[in-house]
Amino acid sequence: MAGIVAQLLHAALVVAVAPLLLGLARWLKARMLGRAGPPPWQPVLALAKLVRKRPVLAEGSSAVTRVAPYVAVVALFAAALLVPSFARGMALAPLSDLLLIGALLALARAAQVLAGLDAGTAFGGLGAAREASFAALAEPAFLVAVLVIAMLAGGTNLEAASAALQEGSLGLRVSLALVLVALVAVALAENARIPVDNPATHLELTMVHEAMILEASGRHLALWEAAAALKLLVWLSLLLALFAPFGTAGSLLGWPGAALLWAGKLALLVLALSAFENAIAKMRVFRVPEFLGAALLLALVGAVLLFVSGVLA
Amino acid sequence: MSGSLAYDVAHLIGGGVLLASFLLLYQRRVAALIGVLAVQGALVALAAAWQGVVRGEAHLFATALIAFAAKGVLVPLLLQRIVARLALDRAVETALPVGASLAAGVALVALSVLVMLPATAGSAGALARVDMVLALSVLLLGVLMMATRRTAIPQVVGLIAVENGLLLGAVGIAGLPLLLELSIAALVLVLVLVAGVFALLMRTRLDSLDVTLLGRHRGEGG
Repeated sequence: MAGIVAQLLHAALVVAVAPLLLGLARWLKARMLGRAGPPPWQPVLALAKLVRKRPVLAEGSSAVTRVAPYVAVVALFAAALLVPSFARGMALAPLSDLLLIGALLALARAAQVLAGLDAGTAFGGLGAAREASFAALAEPAFLVAVLVIAMLAGGTNLEAASAALQEGSLGLRVSLALVLVALVAVALAENARIPVDNPATHLELTMVHEAMILEASGRHLALWEAAAALKLLVWLSLLLALFAPFGTAGSLLGWPGAALLWAGKLALLVLALSAFENAIAKMRVFRVPEFLGAALLLALVGAVLLFVSGVLA
Repeated sequence: MSGSLAYDVAHLIGGGVLLASFLLLYQRRVAALIGVLAVQGALVALAAAWQGVVRGEAHLFATALIAFAAKGVLVPLLLQRIVARLALDRAVETALPVGASLAAGVALVALSVLVMLPATAGSAGALARVDMVLALSVLLLGVLMMATRRTAIPQVVGLIAVENGLLLGAVGIAGLPLLLELSIAALVLVLVLVAGVFALLMRTRLDSLDVTLLGRHRGEGG
């Protein structure tokens, strides 16, 4: 019973927090640059406005354009339901497998790439091609990172891994530190953040994510924006669940405090993200495979080092 | 100090040094390269200081201080001055593409694991083994850096990374004499000075820091 209640509360929190998180990132970035910036709840207003508008479909676009945004949002919402936030033992916890979450993220990406290709415009195809080529390195990096975590925690279940890491019985591990670096790099690429992509502009020839949804409008654009917000939340929660799981509540009494702590941790992560994005420049598109390749190799080093630290030997 | 936590923190610092080695291989700008080298030197000093805390040996703090002063501050400053003085090219010229050298780096880490597993099978525990693997990896990555970069400054950076690996391994072993550490630190400083003069000479005589041009002066090639 408590599990179902926790799951429902978690779902409500996800819906409420995801757009705010995106808005908070934009607002913080603007503030750091000395601009007033739109308020953090601006994405909510934008979504409310866009949802009421009818999408304008490109000439020659097929059913893919109409279906893809729903597939992406549903896949990402399902992934968001599986990543624990404030409570242990949610109803869907037995399903919260890292590989399943990775597959849901991949499904959302596939929908987005297809939607980018469907209209047949140059920008959409270009963005889709880049997204797919980055994914070819980002996904293996994620899988190797999952492999390392599974070897340390004894399984790919995220909730179990998170609990094991919270307990602290694993101690500090070099492999985990390397995996953290790799996962942060993958998260930056997946969420189309600087240095891989610039989420704030439509004007660059090097854009990836925005290029794919350039044709979307109205309701469909709202869905894509919601998908981007959910993806950011999934990745940040995933990083928190694995590398900062302290304070997650096991019992009913701890829920309010744990939820507040979770929101605080997310806000801190967004603050760090904004500072990082303002501090560095976007890299050239041709450098991105190298960046993600380095992430993959670091995760691989983490796996290799497991063989010496006595986990497998 | 409980044994497990002491080892975990030592390994984490060692992992940081290894990460810095990979960053050295990843960097394409000489200025950033020198910055990463300074961070790596500071991390090695931190590793020495941590061993000092764990074992309560005063001379390890002296080692840490020397390592920090020499590799965290002096050597990077000297290298920076050489680069500024000679108005050198700010990009790192590679003999092997960066991606390929990173992959080779991972292979070298795997190699050091394979070497260390049988070498420490009986005597040392798994905990000391990690120390040795990290140190050997950092050392080999430094060698790789020297082998895959064309110009003199990144090669010097690679050499100092090799020395960082040596020091990381040395502080993990109980009873390294202070005198030895002093002489190593002095050696590194002299080495950077020599490298500076060498770069200056190459610059004036050959108008380039590409060391392949030196082959001609050894009677190799054309």
